[in-house]
Amino acid sequence: MASLITCPHCGVRPKEEFTIRGDASVTRPSPEADGEVWHAYVHLRDNPRGLHKEYWHHTSGCRRWLVVTRDTVSHDVIDVSDAGALA
Amino acid sequence: MSAYRLSNGGLIDRSKPIDFKFDGKPLQGFAGDTLASALLANDKLLVGRSFKYHRPRGLLTAGAAEPNALVTLGQDGRTETNTRATMVELHHGLEARSQNRWPSLDHDIGAINGMLSPFLGAGFYYKTFMWPAAFWEKLYEPIIRKAAGLGRASYVPDPDTYEKSWAHCDLLIIGAGPTGLAAALTAARSKARVILVDEGSMLGGSLLCETTEINDQPAAEFAAQAIVELSAAENVQILKRTTVVGAYDDNVFGALERVQKHVSVIDDNKPVERFWRISAKQAILATGAEERPLVFGGNDRPGMMMAGAMRTYLNRFAVAPGKQVAIFSNGPSGWQTARDLEANGVDVVAIVTPETASNKSYQGKARIIANAVIAGTSGEKRLKGLTIRHIGSGSEETLACDALGMSGGWSPIVHLACHRGDKPKWSDAHAAFLPPAPRDGLIAAGGAAGTYSLAACLQDGGTLAAEALDNLGHSVSRAEFSTQQDEKAEMPAPFWYVKAPKGKAFVDFQNDVHLKDLGLAVREGYDHVELAKRYTTNGMATDQGKLSNVNAIGILAEATGTSPDVVGTTTFRPFYTPVSFGALTGSHIGAHFHPTRVSPLFKWAEKHGARFVETGLWHRSSWFPKEGESDWRESVDREAKTVRSHAGICDVSTLGKIEIFGSDAAEFINRVYCNGFLKLPVGKARYGLMLREDGFIYDDGTTSRLGENHFFMTTTTAFAAGVLTHLECCSQVLWPDLDVRLVSVSDQWAQMAIAGPNARKILAEIVDEDISDAAFPFLAAREVGLSGGQIKGRLFRISFSGELAFELAVPAGYGEAVADAILSLGEDHGITPYGTEALNVLRIEKGHVTHAEINGTVTPGDLGFGRMVSAKKPDFIGRVMLQREGLQATDRLRLVGIRPLDPAESFVSGSHILDVDAAPTGANDLGHVTSSCFSPHLGHTIGLAMVKHGPELIGEEIVIWNGLKQQSIRGVLCEPVFVDPKGEKLHA
Repeated sequence: MASLITCPHCGVRPKEEFTIRGDASVTRPSPEADGEVWHAYVHLRDNPRGLHKEYWHHTSGCRRWLVVTRDTVSHDVIDVSDAGALA
Repeated sequence: MSAYRLSNGGLIDRSKPIDFKFDGKPLQGFAGDTLASALLANDKLLVGRSFKYHRPRGLLTAGAAEPNALVTLGQDGRTETNTRATMVELHHGLEARSQNRWPSLDHDIGAINGMLSPFLGAGFYYKTFMWPAAFWEKLYEPIIRKAAGLGRASYVPDPDTYEKSWAHCDLLIIGAGPTGLAAALTAARSKARVILVDEGSMLGGSLLCETTEINDQPAAEFAAQAIVELSAAENVQILKRTTVVGAYDDNVFGALERVQKHVSVIDDNKPVERFWRISAKQAILATGAEERPLVFGGNDRPGMMMAGAMRTYLNRFAVAPGKQVAIFSNGPSGWQTARDLEANGVDVVAIVTPETASNKSYQGKARIIANAVIAGTSGEKRLKGLTIRHIGSGSEETLACDALGMSGGWSPIVHLACHRGDKPKWSDAHAAFLPPAPRDGLIAAGGAAGTYSLAACLQDGGTLAAEALDNLGHSVSRAEFSTQQDEKAEMPAPFWYVKAPKGKAFVDFQNDVHLKDLGLAVREGYDHVELAKRYTTNGMATDQGKLSNVNAIGILAEATGTSPDVVGTTTFRPFYTPVSFGALTGSHIGAHFHPTRVSPLFKWAEKHGARFVETGLWHRSSWFPKEGESDWRESVDREAKTVRSHAGICDVSTLGKIEIFGSDAAEFINRVYCNGFLKLPVGKARYGLMLREDGFIYDDGTTSRLGENHFFMTTTTAFAAGVLTHLECCSQVLWPDLDVRLVSVSDQWAQMAIAGPNARKILAEIVDEDISDAAFPFLAAREVGLSGGQIKGRLFRISFSGELAFELAVPAGYGEAVADAILSLGEDHGITPYGTEALNVLRIEKGHVTHAEINGTVTPGDLGFGRMVSAKKPDFIGRVMLQREGLQATDRLRLVGIRPLDPAESFVSGSHILDVDAAPTGANDLGHVTSSCFSPHLGHTIGLAMVKHGPELIGEEIVIWNGLKQQSIRGVLCEPVFVDPKGEKLHA
């Protein structure tokens, strides 16, 4: 796990300021989508070895939700972006 | 007598004697001593008893790896166990106590374990204490723990303070020996921001302990001069008495600074320890190397130590380890020790080496016994003699001596380079595990990289510092050194152990793991290095195998016919040396760990005699006893009845409050609640039910529309932070296209409920606007003026009690004044302050739910809110998943009221509901009581319950079973609204 996260709004900050929500590769389905699609969205998560996108909340900082792309093996952080800006 | 203080030399100050005590006995050392060197100078060879066999043990090292000399320092709350005597600076009044012995270090009953040792091999506990299973926890483990142990901690709180701090630098240099100092001098002259960390009280590392010269100065003088230069440099921060204990991602390092562990009187204004987190752009690991013990029979007697440690005691502390010293060395270290001993007039009786040839540069008087090993030793509490075995002939001879210096070669201290998961690599050429490849700017240099000659270390430190700084774009100014080119320090092949040892040949001194234990582990199939560690305990406890691991790997390699490269190392994890809980906790103790959160009306409630209850961090007013009331129930009953008959005022400020603005605010709120909000008129409040995406209820509260694009949401007290985070996620992640802004105002408003038939009369006296039922009907929500416009507040006609009720919010600072004004205006109307207990009674009587019911497993339908869920909205959080079959099933636990059949009987929350004729078992469970209280209006206990088919069973008799107390009473299921079911009072 990275020790430092470069928040696009606040700069380099210690990871303790953030709260991790998990997989950011999932997209909320449309209300018309099939039950199975919703089940997958709500309950099923991959645990990838290698690159992983996650939602991180800068809870003790700017309170923005970020998408952190990191390598679960090397712990390298490849990218940190504002979730809203990505959408 | 054998060990003694030399009359000259060393870095101690003989003009400053220091009195200290060991096991109560007064002793004296000098300024500059460690506890270990002072004990040795007093000929205290026996300093501890071993963990398992309680064998007498002496100092083995002069540094951080010390496995034997563990002592307890301090008294009561300052008790510090398992402290390495080698790392404790001697100071006035120091009192150290030995450990793991009874009744005394000299006479230890536990030493009988040594005689039982044939039965106490590896895996003994696992194999022996197997049956009966229940005995393990109750009998075996407590006895074993009592018998085998390290120091005993105190139960008295620690009076000292600790702190945590961040530091930032371009280049972190870990270790201030020759390599670290060379790196630091180059970095300092290059004007980079440097942090130089060393665990010692004096910087210099091995330079303080060796007799070599640099720039034509004795090494220690060179070190002192370097420190002067570095201390004067503004760009260099020196942290001495500081151990870097962990290396983490992004080059963040954890370091423990012992600020006041070496002082007689602790300054309360300073911490005793400081835990640093150092963020470095580049880091140089200059931690040096650890000397390996040799594994031979009886290799643990007091008087034996590492050859390098012997040089430290001799050259730095001016202590001779004995009068007749023998050396057992594989490689050059022992020969150097012999030279230094003889230079100080100490008799070296023999140098034993398994190598076939003598060290060419040794010119001393000692008898050289090459191609030989030590097979066994004699002596109990101090070493008396050796049995030397000639490898070629197998013949043995004995030799008297009182001290032995041993060296099995050197192991680079690679720990920090491996904390992030990289493994060290075995090198036959170095006869050692070398650090893994540099990673993210952390690079090992000097001894830590397997470089052993002084000249090469100085060169390596400077070169790597220059490279690191060059990477950072600094212009480099190299520091240059001249030193005698020492003989090429060639490492002989490793010598892992003496075959057929006489007596136990210890591998791990701290855990009493000997050669045979490792052999047993291999024979029993635990030959993988990680399994062997756990099976034998080799490499565990406070020293984590700093001396023993590499020898154990070599022994495993030989036993399995492979090489150390194949066996590999166990996992290196932080911390390098033990860290106190105090340092890790820092200032987060007591109220700084668990702060007290009080509402703006806390002082008001306190003034009126409130009793408080802790809910999470909050201290909430729970009831307000009046004079003459002796029992809490008396007060709560009175408060609840007064609210229903007259009026009451209650602090509800702890509710979460969120302001929501934006042109899409209504649409946003409509999507986060399951019920409709789009058409909520300005000036109105509405109860909202918030679901999770999986369809279960997350939280509830009221949301008021204060303007077209301005809403004010309240949440439950417990979920205030969670709901805000959830809403932020919804607005930023799910629907960033919606124009919404959120801000928490939980602490900005003091909010009070004014409830009861007289509530309007009282409020009318302070509120400027007309609040008649016509002008301010149920669920009205508007900004109002108070006391002729002196204050602006927000008034909501909402009710948790079921009475005619209002909630008034005023800016936090005005809370106390407004609440007092309402109390005094209400005096004639019979108003009473009431707390959370009466609030709870009133809401249960009215069938209102809280998180006692909304526990994460209930749906709107379970609570009778099924029809609130919008069928028209195209989308809201939880909409799709709520339709799942299981969440719509009719046999779910659903909300009902419950009362005892006999009003004289009562029940408690958590009781289970059973059929009248069902046996009291979990299998027959129909549901449970979620909330209960005594209803002063009905005169008996009432409750809310979640029961299978609940609403269909209303009127049925059931059993209320308290399984904990084995009590059952008869009860009746009923409507969950006990008071004013038609809501006439609410709308009055």
